[in-house]
Amino acid sequence: MPNLPDVPLQGLYGDLILDHYRNPRHRTPVSHADVEAEEFNPFCGDRVILQFRLDGQGRIVEAGAQSEGCSIIQASASMLADIALGKSVAELERLSQLFRTMMRGEPSTGEAEDELGDLHSLQVVRQFPVRIKCALLPWTALEIGIEGFRSKNS
Amino acid sequence: MTTNVSGLDVARIREDFPVLHQMVNGKPLVYLDNAATTQKPQVVIDALVNYYTLDNSNVHRGVHTLSQRATEDFDMGRSKARQFLNAASDQEIIFVKGTTDGINLVAQSYARPNLGEGDDIIISTMEHHSNIIPWQVLCQEKGAHLLVIPINDAGELLIDEYEKMLTPRTKLVAITHVSNVLGTVNPIDQIVEIAHNRGVPVMVDGAQAVPHMAVDVQKLDCDFYVFSGHKIYGPTGIGVLYGKAELLEAMPPYQLGSEMIKSVTFEHTIYNDLPFKFEPGTPHIAGVIGMGAAIDYLNAIGLDRIDAYEHDLLEYGMECLSGIGGVQLIGTAPRKSSVISFVMDCAHPHDIGTILDTEGVAVRTGHHCAQPLMQRFGVPATARASLSFYNTKDEIDLLVKAIDRVIEVFS
Repeated sequence: MPNLPDVPLQGLYGDLILDHYRNPRHRTPVSHADVEAEEFNPFCGDRVILQFRLDGQGRIVEAGAQSEGCSIIQASASMLADIALGKSVAELERLSQLFRTMMRGEPSTGEAEDELGDLHSLQVVRQFPVRIKCALLPWTALEIGIEGFRSKNS
Repeated sequence: MTTNVSGLDVARIREDFPVLHQMVNGKPLVYLDNAATTQKPQVVIDALVNYYTLDNSNVHRGVHTLSQRATEDFDMGRSKARQFLNAASDQEIIFVKGTTDGINLVAQSYARPNLGEGDDIIISTMEHHSNIIPWQVLCQEKGAHLLVIPINDAGELLIDEYEKMLTPRTKLVAITHVSNVLGTVNPIDQIVEIAHNRGVPVMVDGAQAVPHMAVDVQKLDCDFYVFSGHKIYGPTGIGVLYGKAELLEAMPPYQLGSEMIKSVTFEHTIYNDLPFKFEPGTPHIAGVIGMGAAIDYLNAIGLDRIDAYEHDLLEYGMECLSGIGGVQLIGTAPRKSSVISFVMDCAHPHDIGTILDTEGVAVRTGHHCAQPLMQRFGVPATARASLSFYNTKDEIDLLVKAIDRVIEVFS
């Protein structure tokens, strides 16, 4: 069903977000993941597990995102797993920074918006300050996962 | 305008609560998060303002006029709390920060010295985290067992199972009077009687009960009873621990400092009498005075009338919500206070909460600090509408309309 013209919701539940919520990508757990992390939001009981497997060139060839919680966390996790494929850990880190910059409401460039792809649709969450943490939870998990990956391989 | 079974003039009552008369997201506020905290009537706000404007002073210390006034109002706050619970004496009323603080006091000062390896503490499936964790950690430390009374699908305690759990190793039963998620009113008198037959004391978490019904601790015969001021239309940061005098007398102090002493030398301290033994430091004077004003306010309306009105509202709400396709009610005990928890097939509770908020409807969403209970019902979270005597059937209708909006967005 197309999104209703809803002024108060500011398009929070737009087509793209609801599509990722209803059909989350990469739900299958990854065996032998190189980068992985689980993160909770203790205030609402939300949970996300992120897993990535890298190829010989350090590119992500398999991604897994299992999330429990609201539409925003599920959409954010699904989009993150989707966009991660083919990227290196360093590229993903850069993307994480771009995403956080966008969620903080700081000005971003047109290229940054292109780079964020579907994730750009989550900027609407900024209008709902208490929900920003939902969108960020998978990214916090990502950063913890990368930190663990680095310390393991250093 | 008297339009309900209890004879409450709700339109008039609503005038007492300034916060209710505002627009939220362009809609009139419909405040249905009363189990989290209640709004404050003008008389409570005035009591706080008057204290700080005219009487601000420390209590039980100065001989000057302001200190005498503050002390008098503070002591009166204790008497009001004593009458509110029908405790036998003022010295059985210990001021604490709130329910959590009171439970921790009982855990540390009563249970800790009495609990040994292999002993048991009994709680229930429907406890708030604050009535789980203090016991869990204490039991782990002492090598004791934390036993949990199961519940049925309606959200009622299985009393037969509870009875079987009590053994000579049971040292305490810590149980909620009313569930903050399910609204279930537990049969405290029966629970106490069963425990006392085995010589086991009972601590009752009354946070969700006292706003809705008259509580008589002597009639219940419970050993400890705890509640928070902010859930009875008073300020945050203040609450009451009731304890039977003979138990409190025998307990060591919880925290140490001034006010709780009779005399101090560098070698030795003699503790003060009850209730001061458990109240070190300058107390939350404004909080006690504000809570006293809230108790006066509730008494003026009458808790029996509040109970009757809220029950009627609850029945209407349960009926309306159970009629919406895709909505499942969590907590359907016949004896229940005005809490309606629900989940929806199409949307997570947080999404429900956000959409309701855009319609001006404030509900709580999440695990309500009762994660084990969520696990029991197999849900990650619920949305919860909790009703007060200042809510109306019109507001329930607005809740229903807002829920329809959730279905519109998510279907």
